[in-house]
Amino acid sequence: MDPTLMESMLNLLPYAVDLVAVLLLALGIKGLAKVRSARSANGLAALALGLAVLGLLIELQPPPLAWAAIAAGAAAGGLPGLLMARRVPMTAMPQTVALFNGCGGLASLLVAVGVALFGAGGGAEAGAALVERLSIAISVFVGAITFTGSLVAMAKLEGWIDTPAWTQSRLRHGVNIALAVAALVGVVALPADPGGAPLWLLLVASSLLGVGVTLPIGGADMPVVISLLNSYSGVAAAAAGFVVGSQLLIVAGAMVGAAGLILTQVMCTAMNRSLLSVLFGGALGASAGGGAKAGGEDGGYSRITSCSPEECALALECAERVVFVPGYGLAVAQAQHALSELAKLLQANGTEVSYAIHPVAGRMPGHMNVLLAEADVPYEQLVEMDAINPEFPRTDVVIVLGANDVVNPDAKTDSTSPLFGMPVLEVDQARQVFVVKRSLGAGYAGIRNALFELPQTAMLFGDAKAVLNGLLSELRELGVGRVKTAA
Amino acid sequence: MSGFSQALWVLLLGSLLGLELIGKVPPTLHTPLMSGANAISGITVLASLTLLARADGNPALLLLGALSLGFALFNVVGGFLVTDRMLAMFRRPGGRTPGGR
Repeated sequence: MDPTLMESMLNLLPYAVDLVAVLLLALGIKGLAKVRSARSANGLAALALGLAVLGLLIELQPPPLAWAAIAAGAAAGGLPGLLMARRVPMTAMPQTVALFNGCGGLASLLVAVGVALFGAGGGAEAGAALVERLSIAISVFVGAITFTGSLVAMAKLEGWIDTPAWTQSRLRHGVNIALAVAALVGVVALPADPGGAPLWLLLVASSLLGVGVTLPIGGADMPVVISLLNSYSGVAAAAAGFVVGSQLLIVAGAMVGAAGLILTQVMCTAMNRSLLSVLFGGALGASAGGGAKAGGEDGGYSRITSCSPEECALALECAERVVFVPGYGLAVAQAQHALSELAKLLQANGTEVSYAIHPVAGRMPGHMNVLLAEADVPYEQLVEMDAINPEFPRTDVVIVLGANDVVNPDAKTDSTSPLFGMPVLEVDQARQVFVVKRSLGAGYAGIRNALFELPQTAMLFGDAKAVLNGLLSELRELGVGRVKTAA
Repeated sequence: MSGFSQALWVLLLGSLLGLELIGKVPPTLHTPLMSGANAISGITVLASLTLLARADGNPALLLLGALSLGFALFNVVGGFLVTDRMLAMFRRPGGRTPGGR
């Protein structure tokens, strides 16, 4: 073959690799949206990333010293990632995603800082310098917000930090606006002096802005924030793509940014919150009037019926249709396996069993599905809110386990409730409701629940796992499992 | 500026593709999808690698690049593996796990 032709074909190779990688990434994201193909799609996306890295290494041909740095960085980041992914409990998934996400943002930020200080970007093209510097500014801005915002979100979900009182006052808007203005000044001034003071101003102001914006947001809204920050990390990656001149990075970052926005919107719809009120409205419940807010350990309730596991077991034994409403409390108590066992026992007794899944059950949409799948609950028994709500009037027994705000009937009837308008599971329509709860303390959003005082509701106080095991032994004593096997 | 306008087109089309690709997702998959998309956003490893390859022996750049690569790879490796761990648990009605095992 003609050597020049050969050479130009070799020069085309990186483009071909990039195209294949983009195609695989798109197929991967698409496949992740279907239960049947999700797992292989995830593998496909990973393969695409590996391919992109390989293609880039062939194209760039890094010198030996760079190889040493690559090996060091890969070992320092890859191994902890591997260990963390293996060991982290499923209940901690939201904060894990937040942590990974923050690190992605930090990576984009570090690249931009490196290029700003030492000018190792693509900028050979005339007029490209301004574009490169603007991209640096955007990458630092978004990357810093993603990083500090994700860390704050993670710390809040882990319970390491609370919502400080001053962040609920109007003062925070003043602070955040001042920080945003400072960051903007940095963005505008950076292109003239990329390695100087504007860079540091921008870096500090956007880092603080990430904290200032995330800190006032209540725990109940955290999933929305993580999803939004996930979108930001895509934007930061795309901006880094402009900085180093990689179209593949721009495409992938843009795809993730857009996908994160859609997910954020879906979550807001499910919680009947607008994105603006999540971001600027402060913690849900904290600003609510005293009447709607639960006070202290007893929560200010007056007409509470409590019952023993024995009474509940008797009700379960003769029920034809039972619906479980699992919430995050169930997962915290690690009780999903006991629940799955109870469900199997009831099914053996001829009872129709299903699980009502609120769109935001757990700490993220779909989190509860993951937790129950871990406990071998068959996928088809998980029923979504819209499908199960019409079924509650013909349901004999509902057992609410560690869920609170998503079963609060005030959301439908009480226009003064901060939850008013949020779609909820209408468990108050069922004949009998048992609520398993450790105490009468307020829910995650700190709002009192009218369900607890309804005449058909009885409280089963205790740890979810202990209560479920109690129910299991009561039912076995009643001979529930044996009847079927003998017949 | 043709390279720039080309890059803007890429940005625009990539965003539209992203909106289109995940328009309809069952709520079950939102958590794995968020985690998977998060892993993909770690594609910023490409930027880290580019920085390292162009460092030209500058020790500060090598350090920044290696740090950046480490954080990005933490995101990528952890993200894909944890997503796989979640998805492995979704059992099909027949009792089989999607994607083998």
